[in-house]
Amino acid sequence: MRGWIASRLLQTVLVVFLSLTAVFGMVRLSGDPVLLFMPMDIQAKDVNEYRERLGFNDPLLVQYARFMRGAVRGDFGESLRYRRDALGLVLERLPATLLLAGTAMLLTLALAVPLGVATAVRRDGAVDHAGTVLMVLGQATPGFWLGLMLIYLFAVQLRWLPTGGMGGLAHLVMPAVVLAAFYAARVARLTRSAVLEALGEDYVLTARAKGLAERHVVGKHALRNSAIPIVTLAGLEAGQLLGGAVVTETIFAWPGLGRLTVQALLNRDFPVVMAAVSFTSIVYTLMNLVVDLLYAWLDPRVRLRS
Amino acid sequence: MKKYLGLALTLAVVVAAVGAPWLAATDPMTTDFAGGLKPPGSPGHPLGTDQLGRDLLARVLYGARLALFIGVCTVVVTAIVGGLLGLVAGFVERWPSTAIMRLADVQLSFPFILLALTINAIVGLGLRNIILSLSAAGWVVYARVVRGEVLSVKQRDYVHAAAALGVGRPRLLFRHVLPNVAPSIIVVASLQFSQFVVAEAAISFLGFGVQPPTPAWGSMLSESRDFLYVAWWLGAFPGAALALTALGVNLLGDWLRDTLDPKLRV
Repeated sequence: MRGWIASRLLQTVLVVFLSLTAVFGMVRLSGDPVLLFMPMDIQAKDVNEYRERLGFNDPLLVQYARFMRGAVRGDFGESLRYRRDALGLVLERLPATLLLAGTAMLLTLALAVPLGVATAVRRDGAVDHAGTVLMVLGQATPGFWLGLMLIYLFAVQLRWLPTGGMGGLAHLVMPAVVLAAFYAARVARLTRSAVLEALGEDYVLTARAKGLAERHVVGKHALRNSAIPIVTLAGLEAGQLLGGAVVTETIFAWPGLGRLTVQALLNRDFPVVMAAVSFTSIVYTLMNLVVDLLYAWLDPRVRLRS
Repeated sequence: MKKYLGLALTLAVVVAAVGAPWLAATDPMTTDFAGGLKPPGSPGHPLGTDQLGRDLLARVLYGARLALFIGVCTVVVTAIVGGLLGLVAGFVERWPSTAIMRLADVQLSFPFILLALTINAIVGLGLRNIILSLSAAGWVVYARVVRGEVLSVKQRDYVHAAAALGVGRPRLLFRHVLPNVAPSIIVVASLQFSQFVVAEAAISFLGFGVQPPTPAWGSMLSESRDFLYVAWWLGAFPGAALALTALGVNLLGDWLRDTLDPKLRV
């Protein structure tokens, strides 16, 4: 077990290192990075000065070493727009995103898991059909469209909720619902198939043969055994909330990490882009690590196999 | 049920895309400043007009064309690139496999939409670049699935038999392994398709990707935000078209998976 954890940690360090390299490489993809780092209205004569100041005249390897050294210390340079430490800006926006993603996550678990269990238990019944339709619709509806339509209905027409921004609980409702919708549909489907699989196992047959009440068979035997795949897959999917936040935060003017990233991309504020993308990638990788460790802890077969 | 609804919706989108020039009464780019923001049901404009007086039906129909074009191109590119890399990674072990799978790990350490968006912002706007960005972010799923399949297929007796008969490695790979992996590639492609179409719309919505005045669903939705108080139809119809497309293709993909490869998890 210890060896397994050690190798998994080492692998994570390697992936983080390579991801930072990829962020560096991506920005260099564009040909002349000065064009990405410059203010749009810069004069031609200033280009070279900029190039010199940002160090783009140095050999690529030197630039790479400088980027990595900075990244390890959390120094991605200064925002071109705000003239402030880029990572500082990112960290400042983090609580808003955590609040939104956390609420979406809770909402998902509160809705999707009961729905998944209900559809599995009442397989091919009315509940199952209605639930499946909901799940399929939830997966197909693009979040940003759902967001726009909710704004139209609840903010423009009914005036129940604010159109965007951050404030009280009312501000949180629509962004959290939109972010949760797609995710909840996936988790509900996963729950349904995990519970269905567990219900087909011999121990369920035994439990039923013993004459246990159906509520015990489902609650104690089937649900507990399907918890492992649900927890892992839900955990892995949770990373996608960070991606979903990019779009959701923009629609609702939610001052989080995703909106910061989009604005930095639009403003061509590349130090902030690099800081935000690197940070998101590291968080995402660590989340995957935690899920893996959790999985191995819940299910010894995983660590014995590898 | 799934199959028929999926087929019907997908077919409807294909007909809309192919038949756009005949189905639409007017050109999607023709402006009419006097006739702007007409509600749905106006004479000559069944879905109404936008702020520049352009016919919304025509724009939604031409949008289908663009969405399908981008979706098909991206799926084909990612299937070929990801499929080949997956074949190599599964078949040739040692360093090529390790290198490809590490690259896949790195890509999977970014949320898909964030990666595609960032690449797009760097390589630039326009149709070709959005296909490029989505492909660069999307090939990984194929590579992973195909590699896994190849690892199991190459242990089968018919592959060992062919190898024992002296069949060369390239022929072994393309004649004996590839056909047995193909169903998974088809299933992944159908399940990825709607993800690509929705991602393209999201990226265009955020102001990258396909730019106005080209009728793309994503940029139409983006423009509609400024008129949400006065013209709900500008956002409702392009988004509904997008959702129905995703729905149709998803249902078709689910059905394909159930039929071809029920154990596959994407």
